Order: sequence, then structure tokens, then C-alpha cells
Amino acid sequence: MSALLEVRGLSVEFDLKDGTVSRVIDGLNFELAAGRTLGIVGESGCGKSMTALAIMRLVPVPPGRIAEGAIRLAGENLLDATEARMRDVRGNDVSMIFQEPMTSLNPVYTIGDQIGETVRLHQGLGRREARDRAIEMLRAVSIPAPEKRVDEYPHQLSGGMRQRVMIAMALACQPQVLIADEPTTALDVTVQAQIFDLLKELQQQTHAAVILITHDMGAIAEMAQRVVVMYAGRKVEEAPVDEMLTNPKHPYTRGLIACVPHLEADPALERPPLMEIPGVVPSVAELGRGGCPFAPRCAEAMDRCRQDMPPETAVGEDHTAACWLYPDAEAAA
Amino acid sequence: MTGPAVPAEEPVVIEVERPWREAWRMFRRNTAAVAGLVTLSLIVLVTVLGPFVYPVDPFAPTGPLLLPPGEQGFLLGTDQQGRDLVVGLLYGSQSTLMVGAAAAAITITIGILFGALAGFYRGWVEEVLMRITEFFQVLPPLLLAMVVVLLFSPSIYSISIAIGVVSWPATARLVRAEFLRLRELDFVKAERAIGARNVRIIWTIILPNAAPPLIVSAALSVGIAILFEAGLAFLQLSDPNVMSWGYLISVNRPQILEAWWPVTFPGLAIFITVLSVSLIGDGLNDAFNPKLRER
Repeated sequence: MSALLEVRGLSVEFDLKDGTVSRVIDGLNFELAAGRTLGIVGESGCGKSMTALAIMRLVPVPPGRIAEGAIRLAGENLLDATEARMRDVRGNDVSMIFQEPMTSLNPVYTIGDQIGETVRLHQGLGRREARDRAIEMLRAVSIPAPEKRVDEYPHQLSGGMRQRVMIAMALACQPQVLIADEPTTALDVTVQAQIFDLLKELQQQTHAAVILITHDMGAIAEMAQRVVVMYAGRKVEEAPVDEMLTNPKHPYTRGLIACVPHLEADPALERPPLMEIPGVVPSVAELGRGGCPFAPRCAEAMDRCRQDMPPETAVGEDHTAACWLYPDAEAAA
Repeated sequence: MTGPAVPAEEPVVIEVERPWREAWRMFRRNTAAVAGLVTLSLIVLVTVLGPFVYPVDPFAPTGPLLLPPGEQGFLLGTDQQGRDLVVGLLYGSQSTLMVGAAAAAITITIGILFGALAGFYRGWVEEVLMRITEFFQVLPPLLLAMVVVLLFSPSIYSISIAIGVVSWPATARLVRAEFLRLRELDFVKAERAIGARNVRIIWTIILPNAAPPLIVSAALSVGIAILFEAGLAFLQLSDPNVMSWGYLISVNRPQILEAWWPVTFPGLAIFITVLSVSLIGDGLNDAFNPKLRER
């Protein structure tokens, strides 16, 4: 299957206050086909959300900039597109669901206005048609009594409802690519499951490609077919989801998976202690010091890790990792 | 299209007030503000109807000079040129209210323009606009206003412009602060993500969210403008063809020891008008301040 979205060698840089430049995303590669879901995982500050903003070309400039690389949507390099073309793409071809449903809706407009706005902007629909589309979308995201809800204001809805509204907004123009940036982080667990079911169902209907950004391995297992693990702005491992969960290669990925708490049906049963990865993600000022950025936190770090950046190497079929534990594996070009 | 069934979620329709209705409800709770609104409405009504009830030249003397209140049918007496003070107050409110409203409109317009652009675009736009704002802010306002009025000849228009020109910096800074806060909010980012233009984000997304403090500040700037107009008139800088309260005070000031009324009544009129405008501003503050809700 040919890729709908192709990200090649993407690097994003930020100017820091002290005059130095920090690479918050460094040489990121991945691709995504229509109808498929790619999970991007990592801790906070790994560059996941920045990746999403880069795809939308919404990296704040200044102080940030997309330094190099290519982002091809159906063959068109979005990094060469004009700002006017990008406004066309945003919301229409590529749209985004934000992390915080509580603050991502404008408090002074009704949800109908806000869902309808996207289609009015991109498809030139009139007020009445936009309202009809908004009702239709509210129904699609399973909001009860959509004819009534359409005239309500965001503060009248619960968090789960608002996230549904956000999804309705994002999907109103039937985008080819949907970026979901931690769509359920702010919601409670039962609502999370509903939102994931909803996303999957809508994805089947619209055949959209979905990028799911999360730190939750459980969400990845549920939603994605493929996973990219990011650390400090770099891709450290990529594999199909089953392979990644059963056979993680990079110590960071192993750590992330070990950090997921397990619930035992029988409370009498001994539970393994909850794992944690010692240390914290390096701050932007600490990036680019040479060597593997994970080395300071890695239990298996060797001298080489602190000196040289490990390249992306094939560690299995359709499975790559960037780690010196696998120096003999053939370099994946 | 149908989504997956939502388990046990009845269509609970919570009746919540629209934002403006709720604001009105909060406003009504502030008795002083309602009193201010009633008073101001009466003043406006009298101003509009007055000239029809009393179709006279407010500058023309109609009785003896400096007649005390209540004598010879002059309810509020006459001033040092024999003009009926009732007529003077009636016609004077016109210029007061017009200048107050026009000056506040100018203040708000320039303030929003400078503040919105500076707060939204940041960078050099903000630097330039804010330096201009500060330049105006450090000039003594009364002096600057006098210069502007004298530059043109004193008229309702030049006075409104002068007052607007000296009072917009505070509004600009308020609007800028609101924009700085709002531009970082998620719903503004979400707006970018659906492909909205900057113009749209500034005017239809951010500005309505900045409205509450702006409305309060607009009400207060009406009060300030009225005082300013009176002050300028007191300095003889008023439209010579338009009666105003400040003018009455100014021309009758030399006789204040022999006749208190031609100075006191226009002063009281200014006081009551500014007070009611301020009370309304206070009520608007209650109405739009979310922290005071649910009390």
C-alpha cells in the first residue's frame, strides 16, 4: 500500500533564550497509509506534539522553525506549500483533535457554530447547511438529542461530550489524515474506551489515516497497527504493534511497556512491583550533547552510547531500533 | 452515519442560561448599578425630549441676572447673564452625553486596534505599537487634550477627538493583556488547526472572549470622558455654539460667593451623571466576572 502521509528526515529547531539552537525533533521518518493508525508514544517532552504541529505547519515561528525534511501528503510536500494552501489543508485534508477538550472549545460560540465553522470555511456552506451538517456530525459522534445540543455552549457539556464535539469538528470535512493528540488523557477511563470505539468506527467509515499521539501503551494496543516510539525528538524504535508489545528491543520501549500497571483478577495474587524509568526526559537545552539521549537513564548504557548517536537499524522483520545493543544488525537505510 | 451506542446516557438536557442572559441576571442583582442605569436612562430621556419640551435658545437671557432658585417661576434660578438654569442643564446634557459617548467610542476603537494587533502578533509589531502607546501615556492628558482642541477650533468633534486621543492607552494595554492571555488558549490553536486566517482569529475568536473586561472599561471611560469634557469647558475650551454643563460652571464661577446656584446645579448634574455611569460600570463588572457567579 502506498503511503498517504510520508514524513522524511523531519527536523524542528527552536532558538533558545541564551542564543543557542535546540533540535526538538531530529531526523524523524515515518509513513502512514489511508485507513491505518500509527501510534506515536513517548513521555511528555519527547516531541510528539511538536511532530503533530509540524505536520500541520503550526510550529510557532519564531522561536521555532522546521529546519529540514519533507512532509508529503498524497505526494505534495507540505513544507513547500504556501500559507494560503496550508490554510486549505488544515481542517480539510489534515485535522487535529486536541488534548484538552475542556479548553479547546471557544466558550462564546455554540457547539453548532464551531462544528459548522469548519465546513463553512472549507466548503463554503451557508449558515443553515452548516448547522445541518453540525447536527449530522453530532449524531455521528453519538451525542444524544443533537438537534437540541447544537445550540448549546461548551460549558453546558461534560468532558466526554466536549471531546466528541472536538472529534465532530475535526471530522466535519472528512479529512484524509486525523491527528489525535492525547485525545483521552483528560477523560476518565470509561469515557476513554467510548472515545476510542468511536474513533475506530468513524475511521472505518471515512477511511482516514489516524496518527494517535499518546503516552499510554494501552491506548496504542487498542487503536494502532504500527507504533513509533520517540525519545528526545528522535525515533528510537518502530514496529507493528504486536511485535512492539511482545518483542520490544530498545531499552526505553521496554521501560515504557514495563511501566504499564497490571491488574490481577485475584487480589491475593502477588502483583509485580510497578516499574519506572529513572530520571527525566532531557530538557530542550540539554538536547544534542552527543551520544544517545537516553544513555543517562539507561540501565544497559555502554561507553559507546555516551559518545556516538546510534543509527536506526533493522532489528527484526519490519522492526527498527536506534540502539547500540544491536550494532551488528544491518543498517536500515 | 450512526455511532456506537452510548450506554445508559439519557439525553439529559440541562437548562443553562445563555451568557448574556446570565450577565443580565447578575447585573440586576447589583441594586446600585440598576439605580445607575435608571438614572442614566432618565438623563438620556430628558436630553432627548428636553429640546422638544423647551424649544428655546439656551444662550438667550430670559430673566433677571442671578435670580435665586424658585423665584419668579425659575425653578433653579438664573445665571449671571439671566439664562434659565433649567434650560441650561437641559441643553447642556446634550453636549455632555454626546462627547462622553463619542470620546469613549474613540478610546475603545483605538485601544482595541493597538492592543489587539500588539497582543496577537507580538514581536516588532508589539514593540512599535506599545512604544507609541507609552508615548501617549506619559504625556499629561489634560495638556495634550488642550493642545488638540486648540489645534482645531473648539467644537463637539474636536473635543471628542481630543479626549479619545488622550485616554486610549489604558484601553490598549488592557486589550493587549487580554490578547496575550487568550492567544495561547487551546481553542485559538484549534482555530488555526482548522485553517482560519489571522484576521478571523483576531476579530471573531479572540475579541469576543476579551469583551467582558472591555465592556467594563468602556463604561468607565464614558465617565472619565464626561469629566474631561467638563474640565475642558471650565477652561473655556468648549464649543461656543453648544451649551454645556462645564461652560455654565465656567462662566458663573466669578460670582460663586454671591450666587452658589449657577455653579452648584451643573456640578451636581455632572456628579450624578458620572456616578451613574460608574455604578453601571461596576454592575457590568459583576455581570461579567465569573468569580462572582453562583453566589
